Amino acid sequence: MSSGPAALETRGLTKSFGALTVANMIDFRLEQGARHALIGPNGAGKTSFVNLVTGALSPSGGHILFGGADITTLPQAVRVKRGLVRTFQVTQLFRGLSLLENVTLAVCERRGIGGDLRRPAGDHREAIDEAYALLEKMGLAKEALRPVATLAYGRQRLTEVTVALGLAPKVLLLDEPAAGVPTGETGRIVEAIEALSPEIALLIIEHDMDLVFRLARRITVLVQGRVLVEGPPAKIAADPQVRRVYLGERAAR
Amino acid sequence: MAAARFIRARLIRAAEAPPIVGPAAIEVFARRHRLRPYEALPWLTALGAYVLFPGYLPLAAQTLATILFALSADLVLGYAGIVTLGQAAFFGTGAYTAGILAANDWGEPITGLFAAAVTAAVIGFLSGLLILRSSGLTLLMQTLVVAALLREAANKASAITGGDDGLQGMQVWPIFGHFEFGLFGRTGFFYCLAVLFLCWLIVRRLVHSPFGRSLTGIRENVARMHAIGAPVFWRRLTVYTISAGLAGISGALIAQTTSFVGLDSLGLERSGTVLIMLIIGGVGRLYGAFIGVPLYMIAQDRFSSIDPVYWYFWIGLLMVLLVTFARGGVLGLVDRFWPAGRRL
Ligand SMILES: Nc1ncnc2c1ncn2[C@@H]1O[C@H](COP(=O)(O)OP(=O)(O)O)[C@@H](O)[C@H]1O
Ligand SMILES: [Mg+2]
Repeated sequence: MSSGPAALETRGLTKSFGALTVANMIDFRLEQGARHALIGPNGAGKTSFVNLVTGALSPSGGHILFGGADITTLPQAVRVKRGLVRTFQVTQLFRGLSLLENVTLAVCERRGIGGDLRRPAGDHREAIDEAYALLEKMGLAKEALRPVATLAYGRQRLTEVTVALGLAPKVLLLDEPAAGVPTGETGRIVEAIEALSPEIALLIIEHDMDLVFRLARRITVLVQGRVLVEGPPAKIAADPQVRRVYLGERAAR
Repeated sequence: MAAARFIRARLIRAAEAPPIVGPAAIEVFARRHRLRPYEALPWLTALGAYVLFPGYLPLAAQTLATILFALSADLVLGYAGIVTLGQAAFFGTGAYTAGILAANDWGEPITGLFAAAVTAAVIGFLSGLLILRSSGLTLLMQTLVVAALLREAANKASAITGGDDGLQGMQVWPIFGHFEFGLFGRTGFFYCLAVLFLCWLIVRRLVHSPFGRSLTGIRENVARMHAIGAPVFWRRLTVYTISAGLAGISGALIAQTTSFVGLDSLGLERSGTVLIMLIIGGVGRLYGAFIGVPLYMIAQDRFSSIDPVYWYFWIGLLMVLLVTFARGGVLGLVDRFWPAGRRL
């Protein structure tokens, strides 16, 4: 496909927890501006893959490249600063703080003012304005001053994405962004994902196949820590192996 | 009952109010650090106590210095979410630093305070470097161990510290070469008040800075903090160091105003008591220390005169009641009756 460096690439990425191998020699390429889905049954190692790539877990073997540069040993914070951003399958927000504060904290870190000891946070107007604008864009302005914990879960999931956007991602890894949201309420989240800047390379982990086929132009299927098959949606949908281990399994339920 | 109805009415009114949006929301958010009138209360109270209870000035000075100690603990526990049982390590370090200086022909109090702050901060930094990678119970044990080690060191080095008998022979000079630490404790009172005020200004500035907000983030959700690219370890180490320095100042204040330092200044009881004081007042609230410390001291004084043997039991009972019915301490109660007063 593309000849330049991938937005994100792994080579032989491996991770074991004792006898359990959650990532087994994963070779993966996320192209610039990709709309890529990572699917696979529960426990396949999808979240572990995100944890490895972002540095929340350290791999037992292999390499991770970001824009062609090896980031395998870089601390998590440094990767985020370069634009490698993730969301969590289980919402991770500052529950007692307001939405605006959640996003402002992210924006401040990105702008490198998160460690400022001297000026009041309120004096960094640019950061607050930016955070508020993001909330507005995501349709969350009305709740901006409410504590996250008082929001419906769907709104919290949306906040999770907004916080990620506050970090100006180059690569965005969305770990089941609609997980736990009632089916009728996923629309807002899908819209938000579709509206993402085409410059962001997107990897989305998702179980809802309609959503996957709607959003992704390329799909990787992970089973037991291994890449089973990768290709455009049509190829994946037609793949007999995939139908058996994944789609079939779900269809059988 | 009436109280419950009152709370309900307030809560409903708060929920029904239309949300603040647009520039107004940004304005509210950006002005949270502005001084509010009620923030004058602690200082007015202190001055009031000076006028009303001139006989209690030495006790008042102790209270003020202890508020500083609680403030330092709140930075670590309430803001950064580091549960510590070793805050006395820094209090004691400061107390011994100022004390040993004053017992060895350097009784100038202000430089003594600075020396105490620096020594305690250095100990805080070094021990933090070692232990702050841990979390939870491991970290708790490690903070305890650091304090226990220091206490043992002070015990062993009895040639300098006086060991078990405590440090004798402190000679604290007059402040600015002019204000003597007299019998009636007036100098000590204003000295402690002034130092507490300056430290409060610093802490207040700190907690409202982006750094301070990021500490709250660390307390609320470390995983999220990592994921937004914050250098969590360094933030924690920084606040741990600052907090140690403040605790050192408070130790030095008490050493200088009482002309004595004992091993208990490094003891577990002091580390534990300060947590109780904070829980009574409200953790992570800046003013929890100002409420919890005097309340604890008053309660201790009352209970111990009513029941000299079992007073600690009553304190314990008070704690159980507080934790059961008033999570968030006294300030938590204030929130319930006055939700609008809470900073977002
Ligand atoms: N920290 C860990 N220690 C041990 N096992 C883990 C850890 N994290 C995940 N696992 C295991 O790794 C496997 C893959 O988990 P995960 O990556 O969450 O799968 P997925 O996101 O595809 O559902 C699961 O069997 C899970 O129990
Ligand atoms: Mg998962």
